[in-house]
Amino acid sequence: MKLIFEQGHPGRGTDYLGPCDVPMVSIHGALREKPLRLPEVSEIEVDRHYSQLARRTHGVNDGFYPLGSCTMKYNPAINEYAASLPGFTQVHPLQEADTAQGCREVCERLKAMLCEITGMDAMTLQPAAGAHGEFTGLLLIKAYHRAMGHTGRTKILVPDSAHGTNPASASMAGFEVVSIASDENGFVDLGALKAAAKEDVAGLMLTNPNTVGLFDPQILEITRIVHEAGGLNYYDGANLNAVMGVARPGDMGFDVVHLNLHKTFSTPHGGGGPGSGPNGCKQFLAPFLPGQDTPESIGNVRSFGGNFLVAVRALTYLMTIGREGVPQAAKHAVLNANYMRVKLSDLFPMAYDRICMHEFVMSLEKLKEETGVSALDVAKAMLDHGIHPPTMYFPLIVHEALMVEPTETETRETLDEAVRVLREIWEKAQQDPSSMHHLPETTPVCRPDEVAAARNPRIRYDFEAMGR
Amino acid sequence: MATYVPAAREEEQAMLEACGLHQLDDLYGDVPASVRLTTPLNLPEGMAEMSVRREMERLAGQNTVFPHVFRGAGAYRHMIPAIVETAAGHEAFRTAYTPYQAEISQGVLQSIFEFQTDICELTGMEAANASVYDGACAAAEACEMCRERKRSRILVSESVDPKVLSVIRTYAFGRDVQVDLVPLSGGVTDPEALSALVTEDVSCLVVQQPNFFGCLEDLDKLTAQAHAGGAKMIVHFNPIALALLKTPGECGADIAVGEGQPLGIPLSWGGPYLGFMATTAKLMRRLPGRIVGETADEQGRRAFVLTLQAREQHIRREKASSNICSNEALCALRAAAYLAAMGPKGLREVAVQCASKAHYLQKALEEAGLPPVFPEREFFHEFVTHCPDAGRLLSALRREGILGGLPLSGNRMLWCATEMNTREEMDRAAAIVREVTKQ
Repeated sequence: MKLIFEQGHPGRGTDYLGPCDVPMVSIHGALREKPLRLPEVSEIEVDRHYSQLARRTHGVNDGFYPLGSCTMKYNPAINEYAASLPGFTQVHPLQEADTAQGCREVCERLKAMLCEITGMDAMTLQPAAGAHGEFTGLLLIKAYHRAMGHTGRTKILVPDSAHGTNPASASMAGFEVVSIASDENGFVDLGALKAAAKEDVAGLMLTNPNTVGLFDPQILEITRIVHEAGGLNYYDGANLNAVMGVARPGDMGFDVVHLNLHKTFSTPHGGGGPGSGPNGCKQFLAPFLPGQDTPESIGNVRSFGGNFLVAVRALTYLMTIGREGVPQAAKHAVLNANYMRVKLSDLFPMAYDRICMHEFVMSLEKLKEETGVSALDVAKAMLDHGIHPPTMYFPLIVHEALMVEPTETETRETLDEAVRVLREIWEKAQQDPSSMHHLPETTPVCRPDEVAAARNPRIRYDFEAMGR
Repeated sequence: MATYVPAAREEEQAMLEACGLHQLDDLYGDVPASVRLTTPLNLPEGMAEMSVRREMERLAGQNTVFPHVFRGAGAYRHMIPAIVETAAGHEAFRTAYTPYQAEISQGVLQSIFEFQTDICELTGMEAANASVYDGACAAAEACEMCRERKRSRILVSESVDPKVLSVIRTYAFGRDVQVDLVPLSGGVTDPEALSALVTEDVSCLVVQQPNFFGCLEDLDKLTAQAHAGGAKMIVHFNPIALALLKTPGECGADIAVGEGQPLGIPLSWGGPYLGFMATTAKLMRRLPGRIVGETADEQGRRAFVLTLQAREQHIRREKASSNICSNEALCALRAAAYLAAMGPKGLREVAVQCASKAHYLQKALEEAGLPPVFPEREFFHEFVTHCPDAGRLLSALRREGILGGLPLSGNRMLWCATEMNTREEMDRAAAIVREVTKQ
């Protein structure tokens, strides 16, 4: 399809403003010399362009989206209604406080609920995404150790199964990253943890349930080891959906958490954002939280109070599902994952074959050895069935990994159909493996050349080359 | 209560049986009993949609929506054509994840590619990313792009928005980098003070255009000074002003960043907003976050993919250029739809009307008794006046549905006008000012 820059005609466009009702002034300083090459299109062209782009995009509304570690649950329509109310969208962030009491109440209520769900004492909504929350949480740990005079605590322990954002966030917060091995069950290797938990440790970052979809049963011992070494425990809330209302990080020995409102609390992902990554912490860290006027505060990690309209959606969701709905969502997320797991495990070996949490990881190593069909090939084959593939090649500790997270909002029919599709793909891999390397067939493009894209980056439209 | 869990009780039982289990709690065998909740969370009971709707409408109703706004300071009320909502409102855009699977994400990928092109065109730079959280984070990330082993100190002009400065400081605390301020002279960055400050340990200079006080900075001069000292130049630019003013690219800046909220994104009490970043081809591989590139598929069809991923956290882990993963993709799509609707002529018209109305307002306020603080400076759509009794003035304006300027220290006020402000409401505001200052 054409780019928007390849449509329209010079001089075309719609006048949205009408005439200026004051005398026009011109600025005399340094002015732009180069003409501004924006699209010159009529409104119908804009409308059709974005409709066409939407048709070439698969959303949760289009079909099953079991993308592991991303919690692609249904995004309720009422959330969108609430977030579109002019009483929220038309409020200036620097209005005097008494003219924005509704916004404040939304935030206070949401923070109280999130504290209750995580077992934390204080919360900030300022971080704009999960990784942003990680960075913020680590700065709290840094500021705390500084304030306590712990100058030698320069290391953050991160399991080798962790999301890439964990070590990247630790780096941004000025820490050295120490990778902790996982044991054969996918859990933290306690021996490795004990050996690393020394007087130079500032803290541990842990996702629990972890990235292989298992709840680490040694959790209390893990957090105790870190505390006894003088470090703090950071809970990456990426997988909270499995345990919300069942168990709380605050009761497991964690001092600071981040949540992903765009995963656990049903706000949409927007094709890559906006998200929201609130941080919660225990009381002793509360003075360090961003966005407040305490002398200990780390400052601001973003302008204003955060992605407010995302908070509106999350509050709407929590008000809707309420006390009973929170654990119900968690339990059904776990049930749906286990249901798919048992229906697939005879053909698709599980990396860790036991009851899982909200997601499970299959290893297609054997299939690849026997047929040459890789995890990538299986994922691409799923596209022809209208299913978004699972997360591929993550976590890094599992070879040929496919990580499946169905979420609680999918029906049994959807799960059964996905199981049927995967089994059919497995059969095809046995019978006609060579045909599998050139799928999908039904999508607008098939296997774009990523190597060429990176080698010779074309990251904007080239007007000159296209004669425009 | 409403629930989004479809499984009825008997289905639940059948599914449990398929797993060889009896009850839902059997799923949690790995969770130690001592950390399992034994009583329900202390949350309100769930509510049906009818009640939730009523409650959210009530909360929204507790806020004042001002029909007349003369406040900016980093968040601006502009005309948003209805088509922007229509274009960005497609459900697939809203509910999709980051476009990892290119085959079923060409729509989102192309929208980002078009956004990157728009940002390059606006800024006059060669490479842009898919967005970061907001304009302040964009500035902070830009500073990190410039950090070198022997050059890490950051210089920020005192005329940069204090919110942006605050975020730069927080990120700098993470990297243990020093931030120093460049003093002002008459409302703009003092070039003489700057030249003394750009020493060989300075990595970059951050300047805002128009600056926080609305004044236009001499970017050519400041860029030359930064470069003379071996530092890189970062300009935090208002995107509407880019339609008129000399671009960062034309001034020789190394990195252009800014807050994209004015491009079709509602005020929304501060978020979600849109941080944009653009740079030179030379620094392209230091950009944080997602970048979309054009390539071809197996059959030679044009295709878009996430590219240059060797910079990113999921590949490089602790050595990544940033930890950023989620960005503000849907806001970027809105901005691109806004720019497509407006076109070059329309955006220029927005900029000219902003400037014209701000100048009209400035004169009207001056005549009403609020003289400008920097009368010798050129400005775009914001300016600072003296204002002895801000509290009383703002209350008087508020009674007429007018959100006045932002009070600053030293009995000053920062005013803003955009294309949305009519002559009539500016005259009315000035009349109220006259009443109040007379008393």
